[in-house]
Order: sequence, then C-alpha cells, then structure tokens
Amino acid sequence: MIGSSCGIFGVMDRSGKRFKGRMVVEAMKNMYVRGNGLGAGFAVYGLYKDYKEYYCFHVMIQNRDMGAKREVDLFLNDNFHVVDDEEIPVNDEVEVVDPPLFWRYFVSPKKSGRDQKLSDDDYVVKKVMEINTKIRNAYVISSGKNMGVFKGTGFPWDIAEYFMIEDYKGYMWTAHSRFPTNTPGWWGGAHPFCILDWTVVHNGEISSYGTNKRYLEMFGYCCTLMTDTEVMAYIFDLLMRRFGYPIEVVAKILAPPMWDQIDNMDEKRKRFYTILRMTYGPLLVNGPWTVIVAHHGEMFGLTDRIRLRPLTAGEKGDLLFLSSEESAIRAVCPNPDRVWTPHGGEPVIGRLDEKALKRVVE
Amino acid sequence: MLKDPYLDGVRSVEELLGYVDFEDGTAIIDAKDLKHKELNDLMKECVLRGASRLILKNVCGQRYIGSRLFFNPPKRVEIEIYGTPGNDLGAFLAGHRIIVYGNAQDGVGNTMDDGEIVVHGRAGDVVAMCMRGGKIFIRDYVGYRCAIHMKGYKDKVPTLVIGQTAQDFLGEYMAGGRVIVLGIGIERHRCYYIGTGMHGGVMYIGGKVEKHQLGREVGVVEMDEEDWKFLEDVVKEYCKNFEMEGKEDEILGKKFSKLIPVSKRPYGRVYSY
Amino acid sequence: MKSHLLPEFYVERIESRCNKCGVCVKQCPWGVYSWDEEGKEILIDYTKCVGCQRCVIYCPNKALIVKPYEGSYRPNAYWTREVISDIKKQAEQGGVILIGTGSDKPYKVYFDHILLNASQVTNPSIDPLREPMELRTFIGRKPDRLEIDPDDFEIKTEITPNLVIETPIMFAGMSYGAISYNAFLSLAMASKEFGTKFCTGEGGLPKDMREEYGEVAIVQCASGRFGVDPEYLNCACAIEIKIGQGAKPGIGGHLPGEKVSKKISETRMIPEGTDALSPAPHHDIYSIEDLAMLIYALKEATDYEKPVFVKIAAVHNVAAIASGIVRAGADAIVIDGFRGGTGATPKVMRDHVGIPIEMAIAVVDQRLREEGIRHKCSIIASGGIRCSADVVKAIALGADAVYIGTAALIAMGCTMCQKCYTGKCSWGICTQDENLAKRLNPKVASKRLVNLLRAWSLEIKEMMGAMGINAIESLRGNREHLRGIGLEDWELRILGIKGAGEGYEYRGD
Repeated sequence: MIGSSCGIFGVMDRSGKRFKGRMVVEAMKNMYVRGNGLGAGFAVYGLYKDYKEYYCFHVMIQNRDMGAKREVDLFLNDNFHVVDDEEIPVNDEVEVVDPPLFWRYFVSPKKSGRDQKLSDDDYVVKKVMEINTKIRNAYVISSGKNMGVFKGTGFPWDIAEYFMIEDYKGYMWTAHSRFPTNTPGWWGGAHPFCILDWTVVHNGEISSYGTNKRYLEMFGYCCTLMTDTEVMAYIFDLLMRRFGYPIEVVAKILAPPMWDQIDNMDEKRKRFYTILRMTYGPLLVNGPWTVIVAHHGEMFGLTDRIRLRPLTAGEKGDLLFLSSEESAIRAVCPNPDRVWTPHGGEPVIGRLDEKALKRVVE
Repeated sequence: MLKDPYLDGVRSVEELLGYVDFEDGTAIIDAKDLKHKELNDLMKECVLRGASRLILKNVCGQRYIGSRLFFNPPKRVEIEIYGTPGNDLGAFLAGHRIIVYGNAQDGVGNTMDDGEIVVHGRAGDVVAMCMRGGKIFIRDYVGYRCAIHMKGYKDKVPTLVIGQTAQDFLGEYMAGGRVIVLGIGIERHRCYYIGTGMHGGVMYIGGKVEKHQLGREVGVVEMDEEDWKFLEDVVKEYCKNFEMEGKEDEILGKKFSKLIPVSKRPYGRVYSY
Repeated sequence: MKSHLLPEFYVERIESRCNKCGVCVKQCPWGVYSWDEEGKEILIDYTKCVGCQRCVIYCPNKALIVKPYEGSYRPNAYWTREVISDIKKQAEQGGVILIGTGSDKPYKVYFDHILLNASQVTNPSIDPLREPMELRTFIGRKPDRLEIDPDDFEIKTEITPNLVIETPIMFAGMSYGAISYNAFLSLAMASKEFGTKFCTGEGGLPKDMREEYGEVAIVQCASGRFGVDPEYLNCACAIEIKIGQGAKPGIGGHLPGEKVSKKISETRMIPEGTDALSPAPHHDIYSIEDLAMLIYALKEATDYEKPVFVKIAAVHNVAAIASGIVRAGADAIVIDGFRGGTGATPKVMRDHVGIPIEMAIAVVDQRLREEGIRHKCSIIASGGIRCSADVVKAIALGADAVYIGTAALIAMGCTMCQKCYTGKCSWGICTQDENLAKRLNPKVASKRLVNLLRAWSLEIKEMMGAMGINAIESLRGNREHLRGIGLEDWELRILGIKGAGEGYEYRGD
C-alpha cells in the first residue's frame, strides 16, 4: 500500500523562532515524485507580525474576474473594518498556468444585528462561507491572523517561486505537493486548506466523505472547494476550536480504536471510547489518509487508524518535522536527534511553550 | 500539460559518469543530486563495466535501488548504501546483497526474489511484501503490514529478521517463509492483528504478545528443539550483521512464541453453494 | 353459489416415482391430497393448492411438481387474470379481499436502480477477511456534543440508552399469534446468538421467554396494548410504539378468536377464543403531542433505561412526520415501506397505499439533517429488504439499521404463498395449529436465521471493503457511494444521489 500520491511536510520551531521558507521548499524538492505538478502550496505561521491582531484574508479571484473582486471589496467593507489591502506580490517570470488574482486584506469584524452574539472567530467563519458560496469566482483561501496560505497549480518549487515564499519567515510551515486523483487541479483545490488559522495538508482519499460532509452541514459548514481535504479542515475546526477538544481526543474521533481493542480495555476507557465512537461515528474519517494540521502554537500529524498512508516524524533540538518520507527530513536536516514512525491513529504533536505562543498571537 | 516527474530531466549515463569513482571492481557513486532513474542507470552501467561492489554515498530518498540489476546469466553484486534509500529498496531483487548504513523507508524487499538486505537502522511499512526468497535483516523496528503475503515456494524460503518490534498487521495473510522478531529491548509488543489471514509459514516472536493481539487465523505452539536451533542460527547471523557478537545469549534469553496458521484454508467456510 | 374462480396451481405427479407413501397427504394442510381407501391410491384436488411447495420438498421420491395453473382467460394487459379473479371473489362473497405478505405488484424497485461504488487505485479496497471490518451499530439518541475531561477519560455528558447490535440487521415486529411460538422463539434465539435484536410485534412476550430473551426483545406497544404490563416493558431492551405498518398504513389489525389459544391468551392477556382487535389509531394519540405523552409515559414506566422507537408506515408526508416524532422524544424511528409484509391485510391497502422505503429513508434522513436533529434519532428501515445489497443501499441512503421480516420468514421455510391469513401455514410459521407449528424446530430454524445474518454480514463487509470503508458508521448516509441507473431527474433528486457515470463532487489527493 505504498505508492506515489501526495507529499506532505511540516516543520515547526517549538521555541517560536522564525525561519525562512527555503528549508521547506528543499524538503518538497526531495519528494518530487510524490506530486505531478497539479497543485502545491504552503502555510506560514508568524508571517504578518505587524498586523498580527487582524485577520488576514487571502482571496483568490478566479479568471481575474474584476467584477468578483469589486463584490469582495464591497462585502468586506460592509462586514469588516479593512485596515489594509494589497495584491499578493508574485514573480511573473515563473511559468504557471492561468494564475488567478490573489489579494490580501487585513480586517477586523464589524458585527451588526444578530451577528453581534457571535464570537469573532465564528463571525469570520460565517462570512468566509458566505463569500465562498455567494460570490462567484471568489474564494477565501486563508483567513487567520498572523499567518497565510500560498497555493496554486504547479510543482511546489514553481509555486514557491511564484509567490516568492523562500523569503517569507515563519516559526511553523506546512507544505503539500499534489497528485490529484482525477481531473486536473484548479488553484483553489490545492492545499493547504484553511479556515481561520487552521490549515490542513492531506495525503489520501476519504471514503467517508459523504458521511462526514453531511454531518458537518448540520453545523453550518458548506463544502464548496471540491476536495475531500476540505472536510478535514472543518472537522478540526468543529472539534478543536468550537468544541475545544485537544488533539489527543480528536485523534480518537477521526481514527478511533477498533471495537475489538475497545472491548479489551479497562471499564473506564471502554466507556470513554464507546461513547466517543457512538456519538461521533459520523466524523470517523475512513479510507487512507495522513494529515498535517497546524494552527497557532500547535502542529500535529495523524494517519488513519490502519495507517494506509505514511508519516514519519523527526526532531532536532527545537525543530519538529513531519513528512511523508524520512528522506525529505534528512534532505534538510541530515542528522536529526530522532526519527520515528508513529502508530496509526496516534498523533505526533508539536506545541509552542506559552511564552512563545504569547509572542506570536498577542 | 502532462508532466512525468520520474522521467523529466533525466540525464544520459554518459553525462552521469562524473558521479562515479571506479577502482578495482568497486564503484563509488555520489547520489546527492541523482534522480531515481539516474542512480539506477549508473548502478547498472557500473556492473556492466565490471563492478562487483557498489558504494552509494549521500543517498536521500532514491527509490528502487537494486531493482534494475537483473542479469542473465546472473551476477551477484554487493551494494553499500550511506544515507536514506527511498521506497521500494531492493524490489524484485535478483540475488544481490544490500547493506544500508542508516534507515530505510517503505517497501523494502517488495516481491524480492533472492539475495540479502541488511538495514543498520529501522525500516518503514510493508517490508518484505510478497517476498519469495532471500533474507532481510532490520536492526531496529519496522512499520505496518510487514511480511504481508510473504510466500515460499519449493526451495525458496524467504526470511525476515527484525531486531526490536513491528507495528500492526505483521505477517498479514502470510503464505510462507519465516518472520523472526527478536524483541530486543521490548517488554511487550504493541502490534495488533499479527498474522491475520496467515495460511502458511512461521513467525517467532520474542517478548510478550497477548492472545487478542493475534489474528484469528493464527495459533501459538510450543517451541521445540529444532525451533531453538533455527533461532540460534538466526540470532548469530543477526549479531554478526550488526556487530553485536556476544549478545546472543541475552537475546535468546527471553520467552519466544511460535506462531503458525491454524489452517491452510482459513476462509473455506465463507462461501455458500 | 358456484365458484367461477380458476385454479391457481396445478400438481403434476410423476407416476413412475410415486410409491404411494402418503407423505404428501400428511404434509398438505390445504386438502389437496387424500387417500382413497377403496382404490388404494392418492387423489389430487389441485384446485385447493396454494403453491407452498411443502409436498414437493418433503416427497421422499421427488415425484411431485407444483406449478402455476397454465389455463387462463384471454390475455389482456388491462383486465388481467388477477383483476378478473378479484372481481369474481368479491362478487361471490361480497367482502374485502384479505391477503398475506407484502405487495407483489411490479412497482419500480428503487434498490434495483441503485449501484454501489468500489475503490480502484486512489483508495485501497480493504479485505474484510483479514483487516478489521466493523458493523457494530448503536440505535438510539446521541448527544449534541460531549463534555469531556480528556485527562481522566471522563465523559460528563449524560448518555441516553442505546441498543448495541453487532450487525445492522434486526428482526421486524412479528407477533406471537401472527406467527407460531416456535417461529417466534427462533427469532429470539437467533438474535441472542448473533448479537442483534428482535421485535415482538404487538402480541406480547411469553412469560417463559422473558428472563432469557428479554435482553434481545424490542417489545411493541401498539394500539391494542396486548400483553403490555410493567414487567413486559421492563424486561425488554427497547420499546416500540407501533403507529402503522407498510402493508396496511392507517388501518388496524385483527387476530381472529380461533387463533387465540391458551398460551396466546396468556401472553396477550385476553380471554381465550376472543378476537384480538388492534384499532387503527392509538386512542390516546390523535396528535403529535399525544405521541410525546406516550413516549414519556413509557420512559417513566421503565426508568428512562430503554430507548423508545416509533414505527410508522412510509406515507407521502413521511419526512415531516418523522421530524415530529424526533421532536416528540423518540430514540429511533422505524419506517416501514409499502412493500412491508404482514400476516393479513386488505389487498387493496397492501397494494395501493404508501411509498417505497428507499425514498422514505432518503427524505427522512435529509429532512432531519436540514433541521440539525439527525443525531437525535436512529432510522430503522423496514419493509422489503431482500438481500445484503439492499441493506447497504438503505444505510448509504441514511438508515442506521434495517429490520427484516419476510426475509427472516423465508430463511425459516416460508415460500411466499401469501396465505398467512388462513392460519394453515404448512411450514409451521404463520399458524397456531399445534400439529403444523411443531413442524418448525426452533433449533434448526434459529440456525438458519443465524446463517442468514452471518452470510449477509459477510457480504456487507465485502461491499464496504470494496468501497474502502472499514466501519459501518462511515457508510451511513454516504450517498457518494450510490449512483442511480434508469432513474429520472426527480427520482435522483429525491434519493439525493447522482446518476451512474457522474464522478465525485470532490477529489482525493
């Protein structure tokens, strides 16, 4: 059950020190056969230091549709205080196919009416869903504070060059190289997927998509981006941000132990896992998958419960690496302190210490 | 526009010869900037030019190392790898000896026919999948589904030796051959579904394994004199490979379980009419 | 009055094989065979034959062939033989035509217009024979969300009771009275052995079965309240309020007094020999809030320890009704499609009322999701589930589990002769005649039922494995794995599925 399919990579400096994107691009180059040039992307945390109290929306305008751009401007001005906005700089020399227009907005919520009851985060989620579903040709591909997603159709090194990300600095990066399972990639379908500051890069195909999607719809999530990874992003948002569960619990919802293992546990654990599975069965993510999920202060890697897709972890001092292949870690860190393969369904977690986290988000 | 990352930009062998140092039948290849196919092209060229020993340096993720070295009449080559070989190391291997000074990734010895692979480190998932002959020694531990559908035939008895432990589905639908897990430094194995669907071959596991960790198709039987003799030879070879001579008694000192399939036809009763 | 009805079946005897052993005479309860003492031969009156095939199977010499009577009226696609026969029956007797089993009319079978998915390359199929493949299912209300203390493995949210079944298949309500004690016992035995549940129907649960089989019995509380006492309610694993059933939506039932034997009278708690009448409605439920009242009365009576199901027939407004039922506090809703079986129903009701179960599941599941209450209630699909593929399709459309009735009877011996209402079931299933009932050996019949559950479960695992799914919860409501064939747009829309040839709406990576 090895095979090509996508390459994913994540690296975090657990002391909060920022570093350039070059390392990540090098790692992705090592896994060049895990993608076919139909999609690649990067998420950077700690990117917009100067605007860190504002949500930053990266908006993709398909077909460079200026009508859509104007609609987005109007919508954002109605619903947010826009403190700054600009076109995301790109390197036009790089040959990429049909690049859309990318624009970034730094905003704070301008709530009114019933929306005043919503938290800022919930408000932003709601408005992002509105843009994605209601404004044709406009998609918010990144919506967190002090972070950003850059992605598109191409190989990772092309996309990196196009967005010139090698010079961006962050304390945590995730990256993806895509080998899509059917029709050629579109820019919006590349990873990472993002809602607020939560990003997901994913390798695999989710056979429970229909079940997961329809459960999420009960909580107001609409899947519009035509990829199964989107449901992953929303599941993490629901369980971790809205329900406040730690990843240790969330992992057991997405990748629960088998019943015959639960049946062999002590009474306390048996009850815990049984109720968890009984209640959140619709969020079991079935099929082969590995994800690297990040949000400020935390990054983790997780695979499906029978580990049908690979994940290797590595450490070197404060650096934590997660990768589809060990060689990509060694390509950028030849002598790690430790390299290991986590068990299926068991997360590998990296966290900032509290002081460092404060520096990043406050 | 269809791109083929495997083949795009692959250089000709002539262009690549600069990466090789040739000396008395030994070829030293610097793999640092080589793609999968380039490295394998060079290895084949070196053997055709008379090399019987290949030393690969700075390997980092290159796949299928050794898979292309099939010759008629057969030639046996010794391959030393420094770095981290990529997936499918020694897939379809035709009798060569591969030594890895470092870790290996997924798919070591996939459908290997004959030869030997020795990994001075750990290996990833599906090691020895469908392996039909030869030996694999992994010093540390392995990932999921190792020895999956390993099978023996006539005089071919594939053997997989793992120093520490394995993750789930070890020996899944194993049909032949031998898997030995020495359990060095392991109190209790965490592996589940050991030998699920097993219908041939034998597994020896050192250290504690509970009944519920085993597949339904596996039975535990007592070790007899012959089993211990076989295990002694395996441990001796393991220690020799990894320069651990003198540790044999310590390794053999723990409890070993011998697992064999309950039936050659575990699914005979699944079908009606 | 001279009957103008044509015979339905013809019995052919291969004379060279018959040795006049007389087994057919003993086996046939319909009076087809008789021993002629004078002529020393077996006489055959095929006009009485119902086609149950009992004699054919039990003839030790394999000398008998029972086949539909070939002679008929002038072929007419409109005034069919059945139409003509029904008119003649009513002209002769002036009554409602009774019939057993579910509708046999050639309405479109939606299950047969839905195809399943399988994995190729992008997603590995999973081999159920080796890798875990989980069918365990929970029936009941699930909390909106859990309050968790992860450090201590503690769940603080109160959990309402759920049934745990090891395969998503249960046995539908068939009462002791409608079926024989041995058939009823066989269902209970098989449920216990396999780890599933059976529903008692509305005929009570015999006292001698309560201790051993109460834990696998879903006890029904229907409009007649037969056999309902506190012990009955409390010994069970769940309680089902029966509002209606697919074979006769909107009408009541009637167990004739001649079937109310001593044991049935004890179980139903009515005098021997009296008619057991189930009214069409519950006379304490004339509205949805009354249903809530009964649901909570039953919960009170059982200390809130049992899930309460509500069973309805699939009718036109089923989605809205289901929503009301969930809001009334039901833990599971049983939807019985128009193909659902019965021991006796007016033919006109059976064949002309209700909607297909496939559509009912789809619209109920969708409606409950739109209202954000799908998790508050399990959906049990019932009525015409014929095979494991139907189970898989029902679950992918949105059901949590299915009930099987007819299929279970067939497993025990039923041949679908549709004469259940006569009480003369030659296979000992749908009868209270002691001599007929003892033909069914509960040990053998329960083994047949367990075999059926086992076989279907294996097949479900095969289908799931092919889809790359290893837990049944990932199949539930997963309509991405269904595609319609030979369906019009409106049908696809109602079912919420795409047409064959249309790919996923999403991509894997």
